[in-house]
Amino acid sequence: MEIPDLPDLAARIRLDVLEMIHAAGSGHPGGSLSAVEILVHLFFREMRAGAGRDRFILSKGHAAPALYAVMAARGMLPRGELSSLRRLGSRLQGHPDMHRLPGLDSSTGSLGQGFAAAVGLARGLRLSGSSARVYCLLGDGELQEGAVWEAAAGAAHAVLGNIVAIVDCNGVQLDGPVDSIKRQKPASERWHAWGWHAIELDGHSFESLEEAFREARSVSMPVALCARTVKGRGVSFMEGSCAWHGRCPDASELERARAEIGAGP
Amino acid sequence: MKLKPTREGWIEGLLEAAGRDDRIVLLDADVSRSIGGERFADRFPARHFNVGVSEQEMISEAAGLALAGFVPFVQSYAVFCAGRAWEQIRTSVCHMGLGVKIGGAHAGLSAGPDGATHQALEDVAVMRVLPRMTVLVPADSNQTRAAAITAAETEGPFYVRFGRNPVPEICPEGCRVVPGGADVLREGSDVLLAAAGAMVGICLDAASMLQASGISAAVVNAYSIKPLAADLLVELASRCGCAVTAMDHQEAGGLFGAVSELMALRCPVPVEPVGVPDSFGESGSPEELFARFGLTAEGVASAAVRAVSRASR
Repeated sequence: MEIPDLPDLAARIRLDVLEMIHAAGSGHPGGSLSAVEILVHLFFREMRAGAGRDRFILSKGHAAPALYAVMAARGMLPRGELSSLRRLGSRLQGHPDMHRLPGLDSSTGSLGQGFAAAVGLARGLRLSGSSARVYCLLGDGELQEGAVWEAAAGAAHAVLGNIVAIVDCNGVQLDGPVDSIKRQKPASERWHAWGWHAIELDGHSFESLEEAFREARSVSMPVALCARTVKGRGVSFMEGSCAWHGRCPDASELERARAEIGAGP
Repeated sequence: MKLKPTREGWIEGLLEAAGRDDRIVLLDADVSRSIGGERFADRFPARHFNVGVSEQEMISEAAGLALAGFVPFVQSYAVFCAGRAWEQIRTSVCHMGLGVKIGGAHAGLSAGPDGATHQALEDVAVMRVLPRMTVLVPADSNQTRAAAITAAETEGPFYVRFGRNPVPEICPEGCRVVPGGADVLREGSDVLLAAAGAMVGICLDAASMLQASGISAAVVNAYSIKPLAADLLVELASRCGCAVTAMDHQEAGGLFGAVSELMALRCPVPVEPVGVPDSFGESGSPEELFARFGLTAEGVASAAVRAVSRASR
């Protein structure tokens, strides 16, 4: 596989995300844009494909537009299909549905459940002697689900060295700033206290991502990557705003975003 | 009469199935000693996971193990798996169509002295509304053993409900359980008594009482709540002209709900419930609680008389 220039690719994904949501008339731009570099890194540089492939579960299923756009860029679905997001009969459901879209390792959308299933998947892969690794992307608001911490304790107790949780710490949830609703800090210390190897990083820097995932591969316990990100990253009027958690850009907003992102065709 | 708790059949069936199929794993949530999971742990230690008091994790992890190619059994008290982890069952198990086999233990009024918090009287209702789910309520230990084996050998999600207290043997050793099946235990022409779980034996007693007063009651062990043995139940209800349902569960949504929905569509005859009428349980022995809610042979017989009376109006 020829690896494209990653920042350019990330810009194109951002534009895809906004065009998809605009065409659908609804969706979640904020938490999709904050996860773009993480997803690009995972699908283009980190995860092994083919036999014994690594698995990925998008526990924050509302970032589905970003996942679909990255999968399209990776050749896992036709790019022309992206505009079918959220339409009746589409393979691109509002939240990922593994039975509709091949290539998804799990359906997700109900917060907390994807992560706990990822722990079970990691447990199962280890039991079957596979060397495949499980990667799971969560939101920081999602950490307010108690079931996350049940499963985090389970993974630590079982010393699952084949799971990496990436937390998209964009600091904003549907109702407002995470800090004002129910704080999830200190981020890495919480995971550490639960028995995970925790790493803090810049979730928009490919260098930082590369370094963190390299460290993750070097330890034999569950790893949490607490990725500092910006909700709505790349579009000034969406950045840091809870209003854009689940709002659809209209035509003029899409044009302004397009100019800011500056992606090529 | 041989008495044995249905939970013993569950673990026996699970052990038998797991001996044949090494994809079977068992997840427990800290009640393994009261359900029998420690017997599985002794025989198959690598395939047993006790996740602690974490039922939501138990169900989600089971979904993950199914994604990895395993056949996960999970078990806890029915309130805590079917109830507390309902949305995990709905979304991570049923929506994904994964073959997670859920054992709802200490169900219904069998949890007796533990009181209302531990008496699942709603579990069948909330399980049977889930698409792709099969719901089995076996009548005795032999049938629970067969239900566990059927769950292990059949694709898709299963919920098997069983109890703590000893119940009489109804089904022969080595009996088979089929989704959508039912056992006709007694032929009759005036009223159909459709029962599940511990109420099956009580309905047989009721049928004898009714015979003494000139009412001929058919008795069906309707162990498959979903799918129902629809053709059989419709045929018998149609012949009798009325029906009674009996299960230690809320009337709404349980066997009464399932049979009433069927009859409304295909055979609109009077149906009378014997169950728990929109209320919670309380502490007491299972026998006392069954009596308190009229889940007795006398209660079933009274319901049958009401049903026959409505049918003849």
